Amino acid sequence: MSGAYRLPSGGRINRQKPISFTFDGKKYQGFEGDTLASALIANGVLLAGRSFKYHRPRGILSAGADEPNALVGVGRDQAHYTPNVRMTMQELYDGLVAESQNRWPSLMFDVGAINDMLSPFFPAGFYYKTFMWPRKAWDAFYEPKIRSMAGLGKAPTEADADRYSQRYAHCDVLVIGGGPAGLAAALAAAESGARVMLADDQPEFGGSLLAETEATIDGKSAIDWVAEMVAALKARANVTLLSRTQAFGYYPHNSIGLSERLTDHLANPPAHLPRERFWTVHAGEVVIAAGSLERPMVFPENDRPGVMLADSARIYVNRYGVKPGKRAVVFTAHDGAYRAALDLKKAGIEIAAIADLRHHPEGPLVEAAKAAGIDVLPGTSVTGTAGRLRVKSATLARIGADGSAMDERQVECDLVLMSGGITPSVHLFSQSKGKLRFDEHLKAYVPGRPAERERSAGACRGLYALSAVIADGFAQGEGAAKSAGFGGVTARTFAVAGTLESDPGSFLGAAPHGRDASRVKAFVDFQNDVTAKDIRLATREGFRSIEHVKRYTTTGMATDQGKTSNMNALGIVSEALERDIPEIGLTTFRPPYTPVSFGAFAGASRGDLFDPVRTTPIHGWAAEQGAAFEDVGIWKRAHYFPKAGEDMHAAVERECKAVRDSVGIFDASTLGKIEVVGKDAATFMNRIYTNAWTKLEPGRLRYGVMLREDGFVMDDGVVGRMADDRFHVTTTTGGAPRVLAHMEDYLQTEWADLEVWLTSTTEEWAVIAVQGPNARKVIEPLVEGIDLSPEAMPHMSVAVGKICGVPTRLFRVSFTGELGFEINVPADYGRAVWEAVFAAGKAYDITPYGTETMHVLRAEKGYIIVGQETDGTAVPDDVGLGWAVGKAKKDFVGKRSIVRDEFQKPDRKQMVGLLTDVPAEVLEEGAQIVADPKQPAPMTVLGQVTSSYMSSVLGHSIALAMVKGGRARLGETLYVPMPGRAIPVKVVEPIFFDKEGVRLNG
Amino acid sequence: MLVIPCPYCGPRPELEFRYGGEAHIARPEDPSTLDDEAWGAFLYLRSNPKGLHAERWRHIHGCARYFNVVRDTISDTILASYKVGEAKPDMDALARILAGGPRAAAGEEKSK
Ligand SMILES: [Zn+2]
Repeated sequence: MSGAYRLPSGGRINRQKPISFTFDGKKYQGFEGDTLASALIANGVLLAGRSFKYHRPRGILSAGADEPNALVGVGRDQAHYTPNVRMTMQELYDGLVAESQNRWPSLMFDVGAINDMLSPFFPAGFYYKTFMWPRKAWDAFYEPKIRSMAGLGKAPTEADADRYSQRYAHCDVLVIGGGPAGLAAALAAAESGARVMLADDQPEFGGSLLAETEATIDGKSAIDWVAEMVAALKARANVTLLSRTQAFGYYPHNSIGLSERLTDHLANPPAHLPRERFWTVHAGEVVIAAGSLERPMVFPENDRPGVMLADSARIYVNRYGVKPGKRAVVFTAHDGAYRAALDLKKAGIEIAAIADLRHHPEGPLVEAAKAAGIDVLPGTSVTGTAGRLRVKSATLARIGADGSAMDERQVECDLVLMSGGITPSVHLFSQSKGKLRFDEHLKAYVPGRPAERERSAGACRGLYALSAVIADGFAQGEGAAKSAGFGGVTARTFAVAGTLESDPGSFLGAAPHGRDASRVKAFVDFQNDVTAKDIRLATREGFRSIEHVKRYTTTGMATDQGKTSNMNALGIVSEALERDIPEIGLTTFRPPYTPVSFGAFAGASRGDLFDPVRTTPIHGWAAEQGAAFEDVGIWKRAHYFPKAGEDMHAAVERECKAVRDSVGIFDASTLGKIEVVGKDAATFMNRIYTNAWTKLEPGRLRYGVMLREDGFVMDDGVVGRMADDRFHVTTTTGGAPRVLAHMEDYLQTEWADLEVWLTSTTEEWAVIAVQGPNARKVIEPLVEGIDLSPEAMPHMSVAVGKICGVPTRLFRVSFTGELGFEINVPADYGRAVWEAVFAAGKAYDITPYGTETMHVLRAEKGYIIVGQETDGTAVPDDVGLGWAVGKAKKDFVGKRSIVRDEFQKPDRKQMVGLLTDVPAEVLEEGAQIVADPKQPAPMTVLGQVTSSYMSSVLGHSIALAMVKGGRARLGETLYVPMPGRAIPVKVVEPIFFDKEGVRLNG
Repeated sequence: MLVIPCPYCGPRPELEFRYGGEAHIARPEDPSTLDDEAWGAFLYLRSNPKGLHAERWRHIHGCARYFNVVRDTISDTILASYKVGEAKPDMDALARILAGGPRAAAGEEKSK
């Protein structure tokens, strides 16, 4: 037996399959087919959680995705733990472990419930009112306190051990929702031959029909009809059925996001299954058949466990075979609640009374209730409930024409069912940017003009009668297929019998209760603890727009996104402001419709697969030598090569000395490389770079500077002219894609007449830099076919030949200020050539060096790094590159910008060098520079330190900086303010070593 | 995710493309003849309309070509796609097609 509240028969559960589970440490029994909610109800448990702000006891309110209260943490351990799971959506499996949230020490006795008594101090907008001052207390005190007291579930402490997959799909017609309308729509579309996908969030298709026990369709019970429809769809090759799949987002161009849950219902998931599959479906046409939500009534103490949506109670009885209580009071303004009362009565639940806010309820359902002996009380409101952890009684009162309450009386009950009417699920329609229209009769928004190739069918567009819903589903499915280019669907009708047709009726806002409104709590948003009083207060404080009321009161901003609360909040604002609902508007519906795991969005992009890693052909060698690596963009670069016992400082000092004294070897393969080829290559280069290229002879190199059209330095690099029509361009590490896109943009869209082709060659070449006074001696024996003598191959030249028998483009170039070569060889030969050069260099104690040493050496020479000295606001002259601008050129990208007067001003930030008084003092990169350190804050800042290192060769720290009017300040003393002191610095020329460049030409 | 019709490759998912800003902003023949204000307008002023917008896209993970698209910035509906150098379509005519609803707009997209 699975609980005292289990009905002896009926429901979609499998009574042959009992299931054990644990809630808050206590063991219970349920059946296969139960949700966690229905299984707990079967055991008489309705108390499911504590509320967000006031820690009020809360029960299970609904039976579906709209559940605001019954949130639990589920999972056997922290690596498989999910907080904020709706009990109503969690299928039961053997060994399920769930725990309630936001309570301490227990659900029955929660210390935080003191907040409820302190509630006068937590009015609407209390965050904004209470915690404004002092500012610092927010981070240190208020926020952590609020976070620990108010809140939902706790994030797991371990990494998610599950796997998530992602999938793209195309179809002609996507049907969202597998209820009566969705099934009929899918069938019609499928018969046309279109590729159809049908997605439904429940484990079985059928929607509302899963709880339908009276109606027949084409002479069959509803459930048999569903089975036949599903079988017919399954038999078709052009139909894909996805159950346990929530369509959570409608994105432009009919892209729909689906989240399919594959293992959350399994006790022992097979290893090959991902936990969730994230679908991106591109649909030709979409049929939304999302159904409707039932609207709660807003009345005092409507949040007590035992207060439940009427149709949800009906679902528990009919679909799960459980009794949510023994004696119920029904509070409604809607015929649907009568249907629920009749079904509950048939299941043996006593209906104490139906309190109907309408003064003259009528129709077949009302008559049927009366005929069944149910006490129907027109013009009656529920004005309160009593009971500590569960409803014990409800107070009923007659409501006069003026809204006054009369003849109050208490009715004993353990269940209060409420229904304010139906709210069509227009969430996805609205996400698709379709225009909504307010329906006065339903008092709800329904779809108007669509913005995508989409149509709504059935209850989600305001239809209510089952016969109308099915017929509409079929018609919309056929229409969708036709719009997608498919036809030939045989007309079909569905004969619905056995169900009493009714007027949906509706009520919006807060029900009249005659009590002191300032003292009662009538909840609108259960999950965020927002009451009718809070919303009225917001309107009194001047909030007019529903978007502002929402943010001020937080109504509709919880994880349920106001599924049960938004319409009632609108009703209350409308009444308070005495304006019609359409005038007040509607808050924006945003994806996701229900929470989606981060894991599903991330898919395989986790851990090692989060971001690609680029390594050079020489990476393995560096790793074997014990190099420390640093990330440069997505490249891994050797940072320094520590020997035993060395820290970075010691290693860099040794590496620098080796390059200056003898020879070093450096992996420069990460340099971006682009081959610029064609008859008009030189013309193209002239336009793209500041430099003049026409007179550069083949076999020569030139340092090139590239600007954006706004004149700011974008990239730089050495360019070799390999032939009249061929340039070997190098860019900064990581800069090549940006530079190539920039070049392609001009080539394709501005200068389509030029005969030029651009090819990315970054990965074609390994680049081995050999730098130092002995560089030539090291490589000379390895090189064939190239005269390396200074006369034949001076600084800034390039030659083609062989090294170690491998073809090479050999650059004589230096980023260190020393005699240097950069050996370009095909990438596959990179490591072999590197090792050969290293072996040949042994005689000269050749030393591998990393990026840190490279930075120090270039700073000693005052060579800039784009992105370090420049920040996107520097023109060439600012960083001392005025010499690289071709004065005679009429035009190049950025030229018109750099001639502007603004860029000629002497007080622009200019690159200078800085020297500290104390040689060992190394400035902090990014530190600010001022003239007077004693001035009051905020100080007048002259600039900032851009590069700063200890130069072991000079025995002194060095720094590069951008300083206002810097070149006119040479010799001045400025200051770098640091906590507690100011460091004096002398402004010097930004070149610290070998100013004459003698070594370069060695 | 947008489905963008590349005039060379056909409709492909947005992931394959990179946005390139407003279309039909031609670089002046001789920038030196422009005063600062006119040059500033060329650099920075864009129409940023609420409605139909002619814009550049590059099929960076496909044919790598730049091309132009007319997109409704309200609904993201794409009404035309054409090669660099081709004339800007009649925007009023496209606006009329857009007013006919998403299916009319899709028909226009297909015929392009
Ligand atoms: Zn393409």
